[in-house]
Formats: sequence, structure tokens, C-alpha cells
Amino acid sequence: MHEEILYWQALNRALDIAMAKDSSVFILGEDVGLFGGTYRVTEGLYSKYGEARVRDTPISENSFTGLGVGAAMIGMRPVVEIMTVNFALLALDAIINMAAKIPFMSGGQYAMPLVIRMPGGVAKQLAAQHSQRLEHTMMNVPGLRIAVPSTPQDAFWQFSQAIESDDPIILLEHELLYFTKGVLDSSIEALPMHKAQVRRKGKHLTIISYSKHALVSLQAAEQLAQQGIDTEVIDLRSLSPIDWETCIESIQRTHRLIVVEEDCKFAGAGAEIVSELTERCFFELDEAPIRVAGMNIPTPFNAKLEAASIPQVEDIVAAAQGFRLPS
Amino acid sequence: MEREQVHKMLRDMLRARAFEERAAEEYSKGSFAGFLHLYPGEEAVAVGVIHATEPADYIVTTYREHVHALVRGTPSKAIMAELFGRRDGICKGMGGSMHLFDAERRFMGGYAIVGETYPIAIGVGYAILLRNLPEAVICFFGDGAVNQGTFHESLNMAALWRLPVLFVCENNHYQIGTEIHRHSAQTDVYKRASAYNIPSEKINGMDVLSVYSTTERLLKQIRNGGGPYLLELETYRFRGHSMADPGTYRPSVEVHSFTSQDPISIAAHELESSYPTAEEIAKVGPDCITQLTEQAQQTGHLLEQDLELIKKDIENEIDAAVDFAMNSPEPTMDECWLCFQNNQRAETLL
Ligand SMILES: Cc1ncc(C[n+]2csc(CCOP(=O)(O)OP(=O)(O)O)c2C)c(N)n1
Ligand SMILES: [Mg+2]
Repeated sequence: MHEEILYWQALNRALDIAMAKDSSVFILGEDVGLFGGTYRVTEGLYSKYGEARVRDTPISENSFTGLGVGAAMIGMRPVVEIMTVNFALLALDAIINMAAKIPFMSGGQYAMPLVIRMPGGVAKQLAAQHSQRLEHTMMNVPGLRIAVPSTPQDAFWQFSQAIESDDPIILLEHELLYFTKGVLDSSIEALPMHKAQVRRKGKHLTIISYSKHALVSLQAAEQLAQQGIDTEVIDLRSLSPIDWETCIESIQRTHRLIVVEEDCKFAGAGAEIVSELTERCFFELDEAPIRVAGMNIPTPFNAKLEAASIPQVEDIVAAAQGFRLPS
Repeated sequence: MEREQVHKMLRDMLRARAFEERAAEEYSKGSFAGFLHLYPGEEAVAVGVIHATEPADYIVTTYREHVHALVRGTPSKAIMAELFGRRDGICKGMGGSMHLFDAERRFMGGYAIVGETYPIAIGVGYAILLRNLPEAVICFFGDGAVNQGTFHESLNMAALWRLPVLFVCENNHYQIGTEIHRHSAQTDVYKRASAYNIPSEKINGMDVLSVYSTTERLLKQIRNGGGPYLLELETYRFRGHSMADPGTYRPSVEVHSFTSQDPISIAAHELESSYPTAEEIAKVGPDCITQLTEQAQQTGHLLEQDLELIKKDIENEIDAAVDFAMNSPEPTMDECWLCFQNNQRAETLL
């Protein structure tokens, strides 16, 4: 079936199907039940599956995430919703010290079929404590897998796959994507959870991005096309592991690389992507790779400064124009 | 209680209500975006507590804090300009609605991560202890915030080291859409303090007079080395959690039972004998309208005019605040960096 659907609805659909199919799947988090979820992802599920499987929690992030860890250890498939990544900072003990370590420390005796979903990113004037992007924090933790869907189709696929996986998986959802629309086609076979996808073919340069900024990069590519610059755009879809092969194959054709990320530039995801790809295809690159990233500053509240602190379409276009392209 | 004090508190409650309703209006017009958590219904809490503070006391509070700053003395125009994200805002447009700081008035910040006020407050309390000063810290938090680990950790330390902190729970019965019986096994917040040997009590947070006198008594005790105390104030927010929330999960009977206890009409009632209030005040809380209409008929004209003057005054103040905010320039990126690197200017980094 082929339909237009909102990003939140795709997540809702994935969860509904998983809960109907497998009684070990349950979700917990603040206002996921009666209220229907801050971004509506759990809408309708409380009345359908009851309060025990759609559990409203107190504001106790570390402990309810830890609860998910404990339940996962004995075979349940918990989905923990942390209202935003900013509050995940309070649950890092459960995420990093527990979820990411237990399977290994136990010598492989325990699996960790746990999904932790969290919206993040810069939205609209939510100020410094509510605008964080913590992919770098999670990426630096061996044992966590991180999916970053940018479309309803990916949101549906990756959330479904995450629930079925026996590893702890972080689903980073962007706050400005919940009400974006896209096609959900249930007849095509899902891509593997961590496979990157070339969203636009091009021959002059490669842009690698993820989550909302993969879409911003596509907009930039359209503008560049009008100027005769043919841009390939890769949506990573995953930040751990990263599908290096798809990236390398692209660079071998375009020889130029821009990495676009909303997160702060210093020690961010882009730093990892650029250094790995430089190591692996140094001689394929005609020019130094460029990172277009957020400023190394807490997000200002003022709307104009907020926008200026993260990459906009124009910033990406300007970076691409800086390349010396073969005429 | 002195008529003058009651009068001042009523005035501040009316200012608070007017400020918040105007902020909502500006938000709806698109003057600014983000999360906007408003205070109507809860005025007696901030007004009663903060009127009982001394300038040397410190205040630590949450993201629902415009009124706290306003009552503490931060000019309404500096708060409004901050909501607008402008250069003349109290935090130069960097913090916004949820992060008001006013160092001059010992207003230690609005914090948007639930449960952050406790550790900050005990830190300030610890500094006061080390300096051996007769000062106190007021630490505000919501009913939903007591289930964060920091509550328990901080209360324990506060008691262990007898820190001069008054913990004030603004119990409005909700953690966004989750009612207190669904988020807390112990719904009497004040009872939790006993686990840490901290004395505590619960009073009606809709009654500004008892909030004021209780706080005044407690702060004296705390400044005199009496150690921490937890005061639970039962209140209610008339609006949703934030502008993004219509609050439709609340039964209308419940909403009604609280709007009829509008703290503003309660305070106005106190003034009645010497200060018979008018329809003007009745308008503030829906359910006090009929209640006060009768009294308005016996109103002395002069006093009614007085009240009208106050309301007119407030209206002018809020109009001026919005004007000021609208005309204040946007901060520049250079100013933004300056705020960020403010503390590095004197240091050699590299
Ligand atoms: C650590 C953390 N988790 C979740 C949130 C989202 N959130 C903001 S306010 C709130 C409810 C807080 O309720 P309460 O403490 O009762 O304060 P009230 O808003 O009712 O004044 C929640 C869950 C947050 N800001 N911080
Ligand atoms: Mg509350």
C-alpha cells in the first residue's frame, strides 16, 4: 500500500503493529498514555493496549530508562520515550553505563532489546536547554546503535526494525520532522536499518547529512543544480554504525565532499565522518572536505540568532560554490 | 495584616495576571515563539512568597517564572523584551521565557530541565553557610518535579548540613497532562520531607495572605539558622501547561472548583471591609463576578475609583512594556558571542 502520511503517524503505525504482534512490546514515558504523547506518537494506543503497556511515568528519566533496561534483560521489548534529548542527559547512566554495557559485561549472556526514542534538534525558539543535539554523545559509546530517520518511510522502517533488534537502539527523531509528510509504501522491502541512501544522484560533489539536515541539503542541491552544480546527496539514516561503503563509492565519482550537520561543529558527527572518509579515500579527494555545521555556542533564544547558529540552505550553497569545479 | 501589605499584594497579583495574559496575546500574534508557560491561577504563590523575602535572599525557580521575576522587582519591560528575544531583555535576548536571570535582584534563574532548581539552591545555601550570613534561598519546584532524583539527593544534603533553604512546592496537581495521583504514590508532597528530617507543611496556595505570613515566619527561622523547610502550596493553573497545551485533559468540574477560588478575588475579599471592591476585580476571576456584584452595589465611589486607577496604571505599565519590547533592537551575533565568552575576557587561553 502506498499512502501519504505524517512522520509521527509513521512512528505510531510502527509501534501499533509491533504491539499487536508481540505482547512483550510496551512503551513508557512522560505523557505517552492518557495525553497521547507530546508529539502524538502514541496517540490511540493507551485505549487500545491499556495503561500497563502504555505507561505514563513520573519525571524520573534515569530510573524509568533503567526500568527499560531491566525489563529488556529478561526478554521484554521496551520502548522508552524520553520527551526530548535534553532530558536524556538525565538518563545517561541508564543508557551508557547500563544499556550499552550489560550485554558485553555479561559475556553475552544478556541481550538488550531496548529502544530509546527521543526528539531533538533546534526547533523554534526553545532556547539553550531545549535545543540540543546529542548525537556526538551517543556516537562515542560503543554498544549503542543510532538511527536518525528523516522521512516517514524511514521512521516506519527503522522503528519497526529497532523493536525487533536485540541490541539497544537510540532513535533520534527531529522535533521539526513530526509534522512533515511523505510516502509510506508497505509493499517495498525495508532497507537494512543502518544502510545509507542516496537521495539525489550527482556528479560534481557529494553532500553527506542525516535527519532534518538531509532534507535541507536536498534543497541546497536543487539550488546548486540551477547554477549547473550537480550535487549528490547521501542521507546516512544511521550514525552508528555508518554505511561507509555508500559514502566512499560516491566520493570515488565526485571527488568532493561536504558534510552537513545541525550539531555543533567541534567534535561532532561531521568530525568523525570527515576524518574516516579522509583516511579511507584521501587520494580520491580533489579538495579538502568541508563541514557545514552548527556554531559552537549554546542556542540563543532570539529567532534570528537561533537560525544563524545552525546551517541554512544558503550556507550549504555557499560552501559548494567554494569548490573549484572542473569546467 | 496591614492594609498596605494586602493592597501591594493585590496590586502585584493583578499585574501578574495582566502581564501573563498580554504575553499570551503577543505569543498568539507571533511576536515570539518557543515554550510559554503561564501563571494565571497561581499568583498567590509567587506573590505571597516573594513579598516575604528580603533583598538579600535568593530565588531559584523554574520555566514558569515571569511572575516570580516581576514580583521580585525585575522591570516588566525587561521581562517582556526578553520574551521577545530582544537586546534590552533581562538576559539580552539569549535566554527567553524559560530562562530569566536577574543577578542584581538575586534572581538565580529560571530552569527548564525539571529538577534543576534543588541542586542550584543548595549550592547557594552552602555558600551562605560558608559566609555565615543571615540570608535564605527560596527554591521553587512543581509537584511533578519531586520525582526527579535531585529532589531526594538535595533534600538529604540540605538537611545533613542544615542549609538555609526554603523549598516551595507549587502544587498545581499536574505534570503537564499527568494528574498527581498518576505520577506520585505519595500525593502529600510535604510528607516526603520527613524522610530527610526536614520539617514541612501544606497550606492553601490560593490564599495569598496565609502564603505571605507563613513564608515570613519560615524565612525568619531559616535566616536564624533553623535549617531547611519544605512548604507545599496547593494551587491550580487556569490555563494549559504551556501555550502548546489546551489543557483539555482536565475535568471541567475540577477547573471550576479552582477558578472559583481565584487567588485574586480572595485577596480582594480581604480588602472588602475597608476597600469594597468593584466589578473590575470581579472580572479577573470568572466565578467571583456574581459574588462581588452585590458588594459593588454598596461600594463607596472613591474607593472604586482607586481600584480603577490601579488597573489603569497596570494597563499602562503593560502597554509600555510591550512597546518597549517591540522597539528594542534584535541582538547581533557579536553580542551573542560576547555573552558566551563574557568570562574569558580577562584570561589568556592560548
Ligand atoms: C528532566 C525533564 N523532563 C521532562 C521535562 C518536560 N516537562 C517540562 S515541564 C514538565 C512538567 C512539570 O510539572 P511540575 O513540576 O508539576 O511543574 P508545573 O509545570 O506544573 O508548574 C515536564 C514533564 C523537562 N522539562 N525536564
Ligand atoms: Mg505541576
